[in-house]
Amino acid sequence: MRAASEMQRTAPAPYDVARLRREFPILEQRVRGRPLVYLDTAATAQKPRAVVEAETRFYLEDNANVHRAVHLLSERATAAYEGAREKVARYLGADSPREVVFVRGTTEALNLVAFTFGRQRVSAGDEILLTEMEHHSNIVPWQMLAEEKRARLVVAPVDDRGVLRLDELERRLGPRTRLLAVAHVSNALGTVNPVAHICEMARARGVPVVVDGAQGAPHGPVDVRALGCDFYAFSGHKAYGPTGIGALWGKREHLEAMPPWQGGGDMILSVTFEKTVFNEVPYKFEAGTPNIAGAVGLGAAVDWISSLDLAGAAEHERRLLAHGAERILRVPGARLVGTAPEKAGVLSFLVGDVHPHDVGTVLDREGIAIRTGHHCAQPLMQRFGVAATARASLGLYTTLAELDALGEGLEKVRRMFG
Amino acid sequence: MSELEDLYQEVILDHGRKPRNFRRMEGADREAEGLNPLCGDHYRLWVKLDGERIADVSFEGAGCAISKASASLLTGAVKGKTVAEADRLYEAVHDLVTGGPEKADPAAVGKLAALSGVFQFPMRVKCASLAWHALRNALHGDARVATTE
Repeated sequence: MRAASEMQRTAPAPYDVARLRREFPILEQRVRGRPLVYLDTAATAQKPRAVVEAETRFYLEDNANVHRAVHLLSERATAAYEGAREKVARYLGADSPREVVFVRGTTEALNLVAFTFGRQRVSAGDEILLTEMEHHSNIVPWQMLAEEKRARLVVAPVDDRGVLRLDELERRLGPRTRLLAVAHVSNALGTVNPVAHICEMARARGVPVVVDGAQGAPHGPVDVRALGCDFYAFSGHKAYGPTGIGALWGKREHLEAMPPWQGGGDMILSVTFEKTVFNEVPYKFEAGTPNIAGAVGLGAAVDWISSLDLAGAAEHERRLLAHGAERILRVPGARLVGTAPEKAGVLSFLVGDVHPHDVGTVLDREGIAIRTGHHCAQPLMQRFGVAATARASLGLYTTLAELDALGEGLEKVRRMFG
Repeated sequence: MSELEDLYQEVILDHGRKPRNFRRMEGADREAEGLNPLCGDHYRLWVKLDGERIADVSFEGAGCAISKASASLLTGAVKGKTVAEADRLYEAVHDLVTGGPEKADPAAVGKLAALSGVFQFPMRVKCASLAWHALRNALHGDARVATTE
């Protein structure tokens, strides 16, 4: 997550959450007779008007297929789609837009890497190194690959605060390690991993690193070169963009050497029944008509994030996390799961022995939306000895008052369940 | 009463906190598992049969107040019933938690009327019905894990 100053040509207005909320009409509604308190941004973020309008405008004015026809609308659609790729490339600090592949989201990006790059690199007896805090989408593709290749998953543990044990990770970087897959930010605990340091350790042993940036990218521009990773994946919808679109960044030399993933139109240069010549990167990974409007929306989303006072936003988030933690812990019997010193956006907690689903239902009746369950991180839940947690996750639009409402809601939970 | 109070009636809270027949059964004739893969609610249910009659039924596991209370109420409701009667109860509970009290036969549901608030919470219907799916699998020899997804 790069400093805001690097990205800005003009100084942004100082961070003002009340003004920023006006860009999110959805947040103005009342649900269950109360003002909506949306604390589920880690599942999906709400979209600012700029994103919704960019996507709408595309459909109303420019819609046509890309890279195909000679007519004007197709030219405009292609320019919009490729323009979005340039915006995402800038947002990620890529050397070139050609290093950016549009995908459906992080899950698809990780599958793409597993079944092209991974399939080329991993053989029988090899090891794929993961961490205990990974989301299922950064576990299951690797597990499928390991099964196919008779390779082995090796897992680096976290400590009781939910901090990745770097010493243990380093010990597991062995002669058979072919790949390391790690989350930038944990979706279930909020732990921010020291990705640059991890990449340095892996690079010293010649191990490529795949970063799941689903919860990292929403916090501001990323610098993939400074991180030193080989792949970085993120989803548009968690970064204030549309669903069904995301991006995979990969080092050019990797992308060039990888085989195509899916076959179809747009990923070819020429097709005969004898032989197909594949298109150049990134197009060889984009078979079929892509989510053009989604890409346009994603371009608008990363522009929108980049236009904010991100230092102010980070400061606001730190205040929210501290206040939220304090407010939750004031509820009798409440405890936090995940207390890493470097945290972003997530407060995972339990209220006594009340099941998180019951917590979620009571809060919902107060107009408060949180996520309850295992957060697609069952191995991590097992590590902490719980089946599920309640998770309040924060967005750029979250206010301190909303966390007070959460606290009051939890007191009601306490009263109901004793 | 508010919808929330309809859902978390005193009977539900009580059975959620202190589930009845919450024990492992040795020498059971039938056994089934109920699992909700999305939320992680997970129960195991045992049945002892005396001919066509359910002589004993018990369960163990973990989950939310609704799923646990529903399982606990189930054990009280089906003990001593025939398999055919338990099947009819399954149907009655299904109607109750999906359609509300107006859709269910009050004579048939009896004490299970405590589950009458569930229908107002579509996301929680699967919690209330989990143990009932497991019971049906247990009684009809379906070895699969019952899931409500």
